[in-house]
Amino acid sequence: MIEVTVNGKRQSLDVPADTPILWVLRDTLKLTGTRFGCGLAMCGACTVHLNGSPIRSCMTPISQAEGKQITTIEAMENDPVGQAVQEAWMDEAVAQCGYCQGGQVMSAVSLLKNNPSPSDEQIDNGMSGNICRCGTYPRIRKAIKRASRKGSAAIDESLFTEVKA
Amino acid sequence: MSTSIFPRKFGRAEQSDEKDADVKLANVSRRGFLKGMTAVGALVIAARWTPVLAEEEQKYGGDAMPHGVVDNPDVFISIEPDGTVTLINHRGEMGQGIRTSVALVVADELGADWDQVVVKQAIAHEEVYGNQNTDGSRSMRHWFYSLRRAGAAARTMLEQAAAKHWGVPISECTAGVHLVIHTPTQRTLSFGELATAAADLPVPDRDTVTLKSPDQWRYIMREPEAYPRGENKQPLAADGMDILTGRAQYAADVSWDGMLYAVIARPPSYGAAVKSYDDSAALAVPGVVKVIEMPTATQPSGFEPMGGVAVLAENTWAAIKGRQALRIEWDNEPAGANGRYDSKAFRELLEKRSQEPGKVARSSGNIAAAKAGASDTLSVNYYAPHMAQAPMEPMAAIVRINDDSADVWTSVQNPQAARDGVAKRLGLEPEKVIVQCGLMGGGFGRKAKPDYVFEAADLSRAMGGRPVRVQWTREDDLHNGFFHTVALEHLEAYFDDQGKVSGWLHRSLSPSISSLFAPGAEHKSDFELGMGIRNMPFDIPAIQQENGEAEGHIRIGWFRSVYNLPHAFAIQSFVAELAHQAGRDHKDFLLELLGPDRKIDPRSQGDVFNYGEDPDKYPINIARYRAVIERATREAGWGKEMPANRGLGLAVHQSFASYCAVVMDVEVTDAGEVIIHRADIAFDCGPQVNPDRVASQLEGACVMGVGIAMMTEITAQDGVIQQNNFDTYLVPRINQIPKQINTYAVNNSVEHPMGGVGEPGLPPVAPALCNAIFAASGKRIRSLPVADQLKG
Repeated sequence: MIEVTVNGKRQSLDVPADTPILWVLRDTLKLTGTRFGCGLAMCGACTVHLNGSPIRSCMTPISQAEGKQITTIEAMENDPVGQAVQEAWMDEAVAQCGYCQGGQVMSAVSLLKNNPSPSDEQIDNGMSGNICRCGTYPRIRKAIKRASRKGSAAIDESLFTEVKA
Repeated sequence: MSTSIFPRKFGRAEQSDEKDADVKLANVSRRGFLKGMTAVGALVIAARWTPVLAEEEQKYGGDAMPHGVVDNPDVFISIEPDGTVTLINHRGEMGQGIRTSVALVVADELGADWDQVVVKQAIAHEEVYGNQNTDGSRSMRHWFYSLRRAGAAARTMLEQAAAKHWGVPISECTAGVHLVIHTPTQRTLSFGELATAAADLPVPDRDTVTLKSPDQWRYIMREPEAYPRGENKQPLAADGMDILTGRAQYAADVSWDGMLYAVIARPPSYGAAVKSYDDSAALAVPGVVKVIEMPTATQPSGFEPMGGVAVLAENTWAAIKGRQALRIEWDNEPAGANGRYDSKAFRELLEKRSQEPGKVARSSGNIAAAKAGASDTLSVNYYAPHMAQAPMEPMAAIVRINDDSADVWTSVQNPQAARDGVAKRLGLEPEKVIVQCGLMGGGFGRKAKPDYVFEAADLSRAMGGRPVRVQWTREDDLHNGFFHTVALEHLEAYFDDQGKVSGWLHRSLSPSISSLFAPGAEHKSDFELGMGIRNMPFDIPAIQQENGEAEGHIRIGWFRSVYNLPHAFAIQSFVAELAHQAGRDHKDFLLELLGPDRKIDPRSQGDVFNYGEDPDKYPINIARYRAVIERATREAGWGKEMPANRGLGLAVHQSFASYCAVVMDVEVTDAGEVIIHRADIAFDCGPQVNPDRVASQLEGACVMGVGIAMMTEITAQDGVIQQNNFDTYLVPRINQIPKQINTYAVNNSVEHPMGGVGEPGLPPVAPALCNAIFAASGKRIRSLPVADQLKG
């Protein structure tokens, strides 16, 4: 049994230790918002937070999450920075097909939590691990700037707030 | 709920009013004709229609598609007594925003308040919904008027119900926003209050329904700021928040009781078969339930699965590990020459063949005389590689077989092809196969081929009907795809002694998509030649276009904007080269080649495709070419002084009945790095139903086009694709795109016929970028992608 906390909820998992977190989330816990895009940590569609840091869940075995907190896109509605990012994403009408956007949001939230006012270059660097085949990048840039402007208060507060689903 | 108006019951729609019967009758002859062409893609069908239909009345646009268009409100609209308006979207959503656009067109004509609209997705059922094959940039182009008629008919019924209720003439009743007003007394009844009474009224005759005029529209052709949002500020885009919260459902997000997860080891080359396999290690992986050998498809295989060995397990990870543990010996013999396919050698073969005349696709004037009398000539080869569509969502499908029916949950661009294909292989009535589609995580042409759905059907059958979800991995997507064609474009031009181009020779060599369906198809089809070759608009005295032989050795399939990509790359690069050689400004030279404003009948140039549209309504319109060129160049500051190592590049292309010009502002550093400062994109698709979505499609096309220009390439050796994943198959990332992308709407008005949106923004991007690279660095790119050609 592997003990992890997912979106604030304790889970005892009877899965092989080498199972990537992605497949535990999707197949075992039916949290399907975390997407499979490449299985090689090359596209970022599977991005989740492990103890607050972004990871590629498709290449990270569940054993590495033992005793830790996993946060997924499903919890972002309860995260002040997540809310700011989602709102900015809506205002800029970022999503096209939407498949990568969960991962984009998780990376953007992480970027803004570490750097509430990123420069253009910092946005590009921070988001370059997330592929969007529809090409929504110009709007992702705008949305991160918008979230940064709107959400600085929320961001400061949330830096020390544990996310609960 | 029985109280809803227009309950969406198939029975009612099937046997509805006479007008609808007319539509069906009109469809019968088409269906008869199409019978012999099942499983052939719609573009191919369209290309072959013309000669056969010549004796009948020629049909165009949506009317010419299988099952045509439908404007019966029963099919698309229902209203609950609480006022909720449910609108059906029958087209595939893959990021182009059609779930939003279809709904807002119907909602606007109906007079519905967007905040009370719910969008539901249709199952595959073209006999009810009309054509559902979502490719060719034609959802709105084909459906704009019929969807409006459906909305207007429902509005008329609500007005009739109100008139009856008040006992007043219908002329005194006008629908407002989600209500009907009795004009003289200003009494109102809400849509919800009228729903039940309106449901009992007959659908009015099509000819009696009045469509709203553009000044009455509230949603159609309005910028997002103009949308009246309710107090809760319901966001405009359907599915918007679901996407951002993880609630949106794609093909792999649904699980059915007892479902097994399948991953398949497919043949390494097109046509290879399983010789033998050892599954003992695979079966030893915890969670693996069964290993099943799949039948090998015979060539040409169409949409049939390739075959291979499937591993079925209790979860995806076990299936993936089980597949890794399989030991398979492949038999390359049945693949024949495909098993030896080497894309580098094939390029050399095409280069060689391009020096010999090919099959003539179009010929006007005296090309030999132009050549003989030339004072100057330019002869150049361009090359564009294979590519994979690589939508972010790898293919997935679930199938469950019941006694005499089957359920399918997947994401496909052509749901009817999935439905009919599953029915055929399972021996079921087509209407007993229920294909439900979630959102598509990108399509770009790949999901127009439902081979993955057929795999799931075969495996479910092998498991006695148990639900099976087939999951493709990224490696599967890249190794076993339906690839964009490879292209060798040989261009020659002859200048007369006035410095004018007097002759133009184009030899175009690419495997055809027809090679997927017809044995021995080694030349381009009419629709492929209609994508920028025969309909090339230039006013040149002698034009000779030839089509050389090229065999398909991997599965060739649609990729966003299809053959327009290599054609536009070559032609628009060549024009810039000719301008340079003539010492002329590229824009002036391009406009001169286009010649005076005029409308050209594409048939006069041998183009019988014209994207399936009426040549009288959709001629080749030089004024529209000119308008997008003028706009893009003006916005980009064409002609201005540029800093060192920096230049502007221009390209224009018409495709899918829309016109697009792109100007790129590019810097090439001394180290050979390309920095794209800006893209200015002028786009004329006629009226833009959802302008912000058109803009986002153009931005996305620009990003994808930058990838096509700079990095994206599939290669093959010994019949095996060499790229495995996004580490070797390179697509653009956020730090590799233009710093700024500006889009401009040209001729955005109902005065113009509506064109496509999803694809036409793509073809001019790569040539504009390569022309800018030349302007910045003096280095001419004739082979895509740029990759490291500028370095060292």
